[in-house]
Amino acid sequence: MGVVTPGFTGRARGDNPRVPPGQYLTEDFPVLSVGPTPRVTTRQWEFAVVTEHGERRSWSWPELLALPSEKFTVDIHCVTQWSKLDTRWRGVRVETLIGDLDTAADYAMAHCYGGYTTNLPLADLLDGQAWIAYEYGGKPLTPEHGGPARLVVPHLYFWKSAKWVRELRLTGKDDPGFWETAGYHDYGDPWREQRYQGD
Amino acid sequence: MAGTAVSGRLAWQVARLAAIRQETATARTLVFDIPGWPGHLAGQHVDVRLTAADGYTAQRSYSLAAPAEGGRVELTVQRVPGGEVSEHLTGPYAIGDPVEIRGPIGGWFVWRPADRAPVLLVAGGAGIVPLMAMVRARRAAGSRALFRLVYSLRTPDELYYADELRKPYAGLDITYVYTREMPEGRAGIPRRLDVATLNSAAWPADFEATSYICGPTGFVETAADILLSLGRDPRSIRTERFGPSRD
Repeated sequence: MGVVTPGFTGRARGDNPRVPPGQYLTEDFPVLSVGPTPRVTTRQWEFAVVTEHGERRSWSWPELLALPSEKFTVDIHCVTQWSKLDTRWRGVRVETLIGDLDTAADYAMAHCYGGYTTNLPLADLLDGQAWIAYEYGGKPLTPEHGGPARLVVPHLYFWKSAKWVRELRLTGKDDPGFWETAGYHDYGDPWREQRYQGD
Repeated sequence: MAGTAVSGRLAWQVARLAAIRQETATARTLVFDIPGWPGHLAGQHVDVRLTAADGYTAQRSYSLAAPAEGGRVELTVQRVPGGEVSEHLTGPYAIGDPVEIRGPIGGWFVWRPADRAPVLLVAGGAGIVPLMAMVRARRAAGSRALFRLVYSLRTPDELYYADELRKPYAGLDITYVYTREMPEGRAGIPRRLDVATLNSAAWPADFEATSYICGPTGFVETAADILLSLGRDPRSIRTERFGPSRD
């Protein structure tokens, strides 16, 4: 047990088994980004998957909307300690986008409009664990929350759910992305409190 | 865009409250003693963990308000109504009481004394905290980098670091924007940060300044959008947002 702070009793007791350790619940939807919100129109928007062999498959906005999508309701957890339950989204499963691309990659790097990057194991993006989402709460995803489209990987800390995602590059090597280079954890499992390197 | 790499595990360290400076009716600066603190860059933050007698813990992130002086570290905490951690830190928390702190964290929203580029700081309310760390780091290092600060606040009573900011200091220009109530004797009417204000306060585009914006989400969105509309390179604008968004 840590050092007790006299007089601190705490109120937001973590009795909810859906809230990972060290997190508190919020009803708001806080915004965290490293720079200005990129304004990407759906006309300009393009998303691509690139394999380790350089094979590239891309979608325009109408092409993305034409793909099979699903509505999903998930809990999300930010490394800055807030969690939000039952967030409602619509998007396309990442495995739908990867489809039959020929890849033996173990990792993926998400690249975004605005220059942000984040790395993930490819296995964490498959089997219904990750989406390219374009609706939140039944409405188009707003720019400050990553619109037109963002990655959503709810089982990892939310900095992995890259906003304004533009490209997924599949790779055999696990290189750190933006925050990972700045000392944040390579994987980011909220249930194991993997906030920073070495956690 | 690489930041400061952190090697090894970021360990929790015991910090004891050494001094309190009341900034406003609802915000105070907490000065901690943390033996063995490794130092930090202006703009970085820490995680603070409180532990109750029964082992329950709560943690939050707070910006560092000043450069480290040996093992002395300063945070400025704004009371958030109903805020489990901030209400303790701005209330019963007393000299000598321990908390646990780990950090420093963050390598992007930082200013280094070796940076020579002109700097624009845009603060919304409590967003002044990491920006004040930059102002203080500049002074401590004797840097001659040109700084401009635009500080938006609702009323004069909400001004943090008032005594320090009122002293003129070469190379630092300050523009105050009052959104609800003007100081006595000052002309004009309260208004929000707008294009005209930021256009005259910001450095001309060809100065290749670095802009740091910190505040509530809506404020940061507005300020960043204005700078973009004034032709600033998005890569020269660094942001730190806090608090809820509209949806």
